[in-house]
Amino acid sequence: MNILEVENLQVTDMNTGQIIVYNSSFHLKQGNCLAIVGESGSGKSVTCRSIMRLNKPWIHQSGDIFFKGENVNHLSEKEMRKKRGKNLCMILQNGMSAFDPSCVIGVHLRETLAAHFGWSNQEIETKMKKAMESVMLKNPIETMNKYPHQLSGGMLQRIMIALALVLEPDIMIADEPTTALDTISQFEVIEQFIQLRERMGCSMIFVSHDLGVVKKIADDVLVMKDGKIVERGDISTVFSKAEHEYTRYLVSTRLEVSNHFRKIMGRV
Amino acid sequence: MGSYMMKRILVSIPLLLIISFLTFVFMNLSPQDPAEVVLHAQGVPKITDELMTQTKAELGLDKPFIVRYFDWLVACLQLDFGNSYVTGQPVWSLIGPAFLNTLKLTVVSSVVIIILSILLGVVCALREGTIIDQSVRGFSFFLATMPPYWLASLMIWYFAVKLDLLPTNGMDSYKSYILPVAVIAINYAGIYFRVVRSSVLNHLNEDYVLYARACGVPERKITMHILRNSLQVAVSIFCMAIPIILGSTVVIENVFAWPGLGSLSVRSILSRDFPIIQAYVLILAAAFVLFNTLSDIINAAMNPKLRKGL
Repeated sequence: MNILEVENLQVTDMNTGQIIVYNSSFHLKQGNCLAIVGESGSGKSVTCRSIMRLNKPWIHQSGDIFFKGENVNHLSEKEMRKKRGKNLCMILQNGMSAFDPSCVIGVHLRETLAAHFGWSNQEIETKMKKAMESVMLKNPIETMNKYPHQLSGGMLQRIMIALALVLEPDIMIADEPTTALDTISQFEVIEQFIQLRERMGCSMIFVSHDLGVVKKIADDVLVMKDGKIVERGDISTVFSKAEHEYTRYLVSTRLEVSNHFRKIMGRV
Repeated sequence: MGSYMMKRILVSIPLLLIISFLTFVFMNLSPQDPAEVVLHAQGVPKITDELMTQTKAELGLDKPFIVRYFDWLVACLQLDFGNSYVTGQPVWSLIGPAFLNTLKLTVVSSVVIIILSILLGVVCALREGTIIDQSVRGFSFFLATMPPYWLASLMIWYFAVKLDLLPTNGMDSYKSYILPVAVIAINYAGIYFRVVRSSVLNHLNEDYVLYARACGVPERKITMHILRNSLQVAVSIFCMAIPIILGSTVVIENVFAWPGLGSLSVRSILSRDFPIIQAYVLILAAAFVLFNTLSDIINAAMNPKLRKGL
C-alpha cells in the first residue's frame, strides 16, 4: 500500500518565474524508505518541503499529494499544521540552526509535544527522557536545559530523532540529515535512523547526496537532476544497472572515491 | 548573568574616565582664556594683567593642569560642575532642570518610537509585499524625509493654529508633549521600523522557524520566538537612539520653545560659558556609555551566546 503518492508535482518560483521541480510523480510504500539523490539545487529539498507544504510564500506548488488517500494540497493551513509533526515529521540538515538559539532545547520539545498531545510537563519529560536515552544521549534532563550552541551537531541531530520517536509520525522526512556532520557522528546518526525504522516501522523519505549512506538505509531511490526525476527504482537495480548517464556518473564517482580511499589505506 | 552584569559595568568605568579627561582637555584647548570670559561677562571695562592673574587665582586656573582635572572630576562626581562664568550661578541649578525637561521629552518620545517601530516593523514583515507593507513603507519614507523643523512648523500651523487643539509651545500640560513627541517619533520611527522589519524578515527565513513549523508548533508561539530573536538588533539601536535624541533635540526645543538642554547648550556655546558646555558634554557622553552598557546587558539576557564574550 502506498502511504504517500505524489502526482505531477510542479514547483515554481513566482518571483523569477523559474520552475524548480518539473511535473514529478512518485510514491512511498508503507514502511519503506525512499531516498532522493542528486546534487545541490536539483530540487530535492523543495520536493520535501512541498510535501510538508512549507515552501516560502512566493514558491507555488501545483499537482496532487495524497497522504493516506487525502490530498494534502487541499487541506486548510490549520488542518495541515495538525498533520505536521504528528503525521509528517521532518529532520533538518543542520541541527545547529534548527533550534531557537536563545532558548534551551527543552522549550522546543515541550512546545511541539504540547501542540499535539494533552500531556503534562511531567509526562513530556519522562517520554523525552526515554527517547533521548534510546538514541544514546546521556543525561537527557541536563541536555534539555542546554542551549543549542552548547551541544554538538550530532547531538542536536539525535535530539531531533528522539523527538520524532515520541511523535511517532507516519512519514519521516530527513533532509540531508548527515551532511553537516563529521564521519563518526554520521555513522551514529545513521545507526539511529536504521533503528528508528526497525522500532517504529515508519515510512521514510531520505534526502542525501551521499550514495554510501543511501545504500545503507534506502529501499528505493529517485535520482533528481535540474528539477527532474531522471532515474527511479529499487536500490540494487539503480546501483548496478543505472540507465541514466547522470546516475552512472554519480555511482562511478562514488566508486572512484572509495577505491582511492582503499588504495591510500592499503599503502599505510 | 550576574557576573556578566558586574563585569560590563566595571568595563564602563575606565571609559567614563577617558571621556571626562577628553572633555576637560578639549575645553582647555579653546583659544579664549576663561578668565577673560568671566571678566567680559562681569562688564569690566578694561582688562589689566593684574586683574587677569587675580581672576585666574579665584577660578583656580593657576594650578597645574592635572590638579585642575582631578579637582574638577571629584567635584563633578558630587554633581558640582562649578559656577557659570556668565551668571555666576551654580551650573547644576541651570543644567539640572533643563536636563530634566529634555529627559521627559526624550523618554516619552523614545517610548512612542519603540512601540511604533516594533508594531509597524513586525506587521510589515509578517505581511511582506502586501498593500499594508508597501503603503506603510511608502508613507513613512515620505514623512521621514521631511526635515524636523519644517514638519514641526507644519504641525504647529495645522493642529495649534488652524484647529486650535494643541498649544503652540512651552511645556504646560500633557498636551504640550503631543506635537514635539510626534515630530521626533515620526523622524526616528520612520527609520527604525525598517530595521525591525528586516530583522524579522531575516529570522523568518531561519531554519529554526522551518523546523518549528515542520513540528506543528502553533504559529503564535513561532512568532514569539522570531520576535525574541529579531528584537536583539532593535534593542541595541533603541538604546543608542535615546542618548542621540537627548543630544539632538536642539531644533525641536527651539521650534517649540521647550526649556531643555538643547536651548541651554546653544546659549552657553554662544557666550563661551565653559562650565556649562563641559557639564553638557559630560552628561551626554555618560548617557551614551550608560545606554550602551544597558543595551549589552539586555542583549546578554536575551541571547545566552553573548554572555561568554566578556
